[in-house]
Amino acid sequence: MTAEIAATGALRADRDRPDTATRPKKRRSDRARAEARLGWMLAGPAFGIMLLVTLYPIVQALWDSLFSLRLTAPDDREFIWFRNYQVILGDPAFWQSMGVTLFITVVTVLLELIIGFAFALVMHRAIKKLRGFARTAILVPYGIITVVSAFAFFYAFDINSGGYVNSWLSWVPGFDEDLNWFASQSTSLVVIILSEVWKTTPFISLLLLSGLAQVPGDLEEAAKVDGATSWEVLRRVILPNMKAAIMVAVLFRTLEAFRIFDNIFIMTAGANDTEALSLLAYNTSIGRLEIGLGSAISVLLFLSVLIIAGIFIKGFKVDLSAGRNS
Amino acid sequence: MRTLRRTVAGLSAVALAATLGACSADDGVPTLTWYINPDDGGQAEIAASCTEAANGAYRIETSLLPRDAASQREQLARRLAASDRSLDIMSLDPPFIPELAEPGFLAPVPDTLQDTDGIVQGAVQSASWNGELVTVPFWANTQLLWYRESVAEAAGLDMSQPVTWDQIIEVAEDQDKQIGVQGALAESLTVWINALVASAGGQILEDPEASPDEMQLGLETDAGRAAADIIGRIGSEGLGGSGLPTADENASMNLFQGDSGSFMVNWPFVWPAMQSSDPEIIDDLGWAVYPRVDAATPAAPPVGGINLGVGAYSENTDLAWRAVECIVQPENQAQYFVTNGNPPSNTAAYDDPQVQEQFPMADTIRESLDLGAPRPQTPYYNEISIGLQRTWHPPTAVNPDATPETSTDFILAVLRGERLL
Repeated sequence: MTAEIAATGALRADRDRPDTATRPKKRRSDRARAEARLGWMLAGPAFGIMLLVTLYPIVQALWDSLFSLRLTAPDDREFIWFRNYQVILGDPAFWQSMGVTLFITVVTVLLELIIGFAFALVMHRAIKKLRGFARTAILVPYGIITVVSAFAFFYAFDINSGGYVNSWLSWVPGFDEDLNWFASQSTSLVVIILSEVWKTTPFISLLLLSGLAQVPGDLEEAAKVDGATSWEVLRRVILPNMKAAIMVAVLFRTLEAFRIFDNIFIMTAGANDTEALSLLAYNTSIGRLEIGLGSAISVLLFLSVLIIAGIFIKGFKVDLSAGRNS
Repeated sequence: MRTLRRTVAGLSAVALAATLGACSADDGVPTLTWYINPDDGGQAEIAASCTEAANGAYRIETSLLPRDAASQREQLARRLAASDRSLDIMSLDPPFIPELAEPGFLAPVPDTLQDTDGIVQGAVQSASWNGELVTVPFWANTQLLWYRESVAEAAGLDMSQPVTWDQIIEVAEDQDKQIGVQGALAESLTVWINALVASAGGQILEDPEASPDEMQLGLETDAGRAAADIIGRIGSEGLGGSGLPTADENASMNLFQGDSGSFMVNWPFVWPAMQSSDPEIIDDLGWAVYPRVDAATPAAPPVGGINLGVGAYSENTDLAWRAVECIVQPENQAQYFVTNGNPPSNTAAYDDPQVQEQFPMADTIRESLDLGAPRPQTPYYNEISIGLQRTWHPPTAVNPDATPETSTDFILAVLRGERLL
């Protein structure tokens, strides 16, 4: 959440900031050095705490992942090098989880991008009087705790506890009113993705809104004067100018969607092959108390997240600090 | 600045008062914390009455564990592994007891509590590990066969005699009714599978005390195939309703109360629950011992319940066991049954007139508890239970020719550390 806010802030702030990367290196003046020192004094404690609460667990997980270690059999602890990784990578269950996780990630991010952009346009263009109301209304789902929204969607669709969606959909030709949404993979995924999209689209639309605000109005006007249709203005002027915002939004949401947990945990608990990677890690470490094996899965999850971030930052040349394509 | 100083002074005063408050409540009486599973307040009541009876020797405070048994186990195992000293008394779900007993997380049961006379057999078995009593039975649960008298009558079924699953399935098919069973991917599915295998004369785990590398399962047997046949038929013929793959105990109770209700296997909590939610159904309600798989072999109904254990790292183990002695008194068990619907583990409690009045099926419950077969007792119970759930779910896909084999291969591979669960 902090990172998200920081990203929104960075996007806004970068417009007034000189591009430091292109400036030739000079000997720093005393004043610059004093400023740097002050910077470290101000940010140092937070940086130290961050290291303590993130780096330490990561290193511990890396270390634990090399052991055969069960919490309820502490005496049987044994150093086994990379055998945990061998078991995991050789198990179809892991690749099945990876597949489901990637599927959920791609579908939710795509849907959220499209709907989020529509919402951003509405918020951007809405008449002044309605703007505040539109923004608040669109942001409400994002303010709801994921577990709560997961339960809300679960009960709406669950036929055992009188879910109402089936009776709402009864007019649809060919729809079976006795459909048990959580009894097969495809229908379970529909509800999981629906809940995820409902919950986090506001986040994307918020980031896109700040991108829209960056598009210079005179460019749009010039395009219109030259006879461009609204579609052409959108495609040739607005989208290219907010590419950085789109990439940042997609990057953050992809990383978040890849770690999906709550919705699946509440709705299916991994039944019908809906077990995402983070749920697999949870079930192994916390459910089975297999700390070694579970840590190895967590490490693999962490590596996947690093790879995704790497692809975005290097591959699509998203510069997070400049918020602009280099 | 002055405001800041005043705030700091105010805060320190509050902190000091809080500490003093804690001290004055302390009054030298040792406090025992009893980690309880959620119920209707019965355990808290017993804690209060035992505190009073202790006359200042100890005070019992209750602390609530998560709702489902698996999460209770997760929390307790994590805290015991970290040598948590605040775990004095714990309400434990029987299948997970070996896992906590094996690494020495449970304090040894004193001689005064070793006497198991008058305690139902299923409860004693579930409280022991490696031939030793490691916890003390508190209440014992078992599933009964609940039925709609109108349905049984229409089918001409004599319910005073033991019935079989085949008979139930046939009646439901003929009358276009549904059977209340638990097919969700949860512990309740393991309970069902175990009861079927045991009722057919088999057992899921051949040698409970074997190490994980040497464990042998009894699923690829006639008993395992008979169990798979029953679950598969109920699943594929739609006899459990479309909610079956996600049905837990509450869902099957709701199904049973509906228009298509006929038979249901479930715990006795349904009796008070149905009385309050649907009093009309009570006139049409009957109960019997769990259905048989084979007409000639007595059924082995599921058993559950709660046993009490004392944490090995508790600072007051002696007092904790004294408190346990008070908690499991037959009067308390009878009272707990009457108020919370959880059946006693002590047979004496069943003779209580209030129990007999409020639970007309009390004698059937006692009979069922004596017949009951516990779930596999092993420190690796969690792997076996989840492995079973993974391979026997959804019930529609269970097939006697394939499921027992895939299930065995999968569970053994998990136990050998070759597969993820």
